[in-house]
Amino acid sequence: MEKNHNVSRRQFLTYALLGTGGFMAAGLIMPMVRFGVDPILQADAEGDMIDVAGVDELTDIPQAFDMEYEQDHGWHVETVQETVWIYLNGDEIVALSPICTHLGCTVNWGTDPDNPEQFFCPCHFGRFERDGTNVPGTPPTEPLHRYDHEVRDGRVLLGNPSPQV
Amino acid sequence: MLQRIYDWIDDRIDVTPLWRDVADHEVPEHVNPGYHFSAFVYCFGGLTFFTVVIQILSGMFLTMYYVPDIVNAHASVEYLQTDVAFGMIVRGMHHWGASVVIVMVFLHTLRVFFTGSYKKPREINWVVGVLLFFIILGLGFTGYLLPWDMKAYFATQVGLEIAESVPVVGDLISNLLAGGEFIGAQTLTRFFAIHVFFLPGALLGLIAIHFIMIRKQGISGPL
Repeated sequence: MEKNHNVSRRQFLTYALLGTGGFMAAGLIMPMVRFGVDPILQADAEGDMIDVAGVDELTDIPQAFDMEYEQDHGWHVETVQETVWIYLNGDEIVALSPICTHLGCTVNWGTDPDNPEQFFCPCHFGRFERDGTNVPGTPPTEPLHRYDHEVRDGRVLLGNPSPQV
Repeated sequence: MLQRIYDWIDDRIDVTPLWRDVADHEVPEHVNPGYHFSAFVYCFGGLTFFTVVIQILSGMFLTMYYVPDIVNAHASVEYLQTDVAFGMIVRGMHHWGASVVIVMVFLHTLRVFFTGSYKKPREINWVVGVLLFFIILGLGFTGYLLPWDMKAYFATQVGLEIAESVPVVGDLISNLLAGGEFIGAQTLTRFFAIHVFFLPGALLGLIAIHFIMIRKQGISGPL
């Protein structure tokens, strides 16, 4: 009998059993975990440009326009309606998301009697300038998100909102 | 590292005797396949428990996508089966596992019967085992409806007709199961609730009793 094995018989059996058992357990658990975490590994859906308003409807005062698109919920497709604030800054079209960058409530233009020339969020009194910049000293820490836009045949088409900073 | 974490916990709440009591016990020679190869028949109880654990785990994951509603049930099953990563495997585990559990329960019952292990003082354990068998059949029956396809619908139709054939109270049982006079939205939510809450709750309770009794009474002697 050969003596002084580097790995004893008991150790070898322990490794073999733990290895096989671990492999089998991983084979069972791994598919389930991957199945469960699938949503965070899905690529973000790239939305089409959506027709929202006519260029001639725009003024230099922010107006709310409805934006409608289909949202895929996996086994259910829903039509979602969102509001966008659009105005003309000289010749430039500015389309701002109404989602307050503080905690996601909805802002409105000019509803705060003290600041009629600002966007106002009623939840925690967040305020934004006309160009979406957050007013210092109010809860939001970044400007309102701005939509990518495109003009086609006199219509304004919007893409995805992205942060201004 | 792991050893140190274990020691830290063990220092405080002394877990070693707890798990030793659960996991570390003598197994008699006649059930050890190392001594008698035919002793593999004693594995069926453990294999039943193992497949039940797989059923519980895979079922928990399936409910992340499944909706028990007549409009979306079939669509959600189709989505999780075809679009979600490993959906086919996780649903496959639950689907095939259901049959495996019933086969294993059956083999376990046969082993207990033919080795006479149900005899005094283990009669109560046999009774609990039969209840477990019925609960597992109930889980199979209620789970069958959930994909809400044609097979599910008609299998349940047949099951309810069988329930109706019970004298006197047949109609009541069928209405209670279906939540009304026909198989519809009420039936689906009812079967879902029974499948994921009522029966698994009863199953876990009875399994605990089953296991405590076998540890209290020990494994029955050799034939």
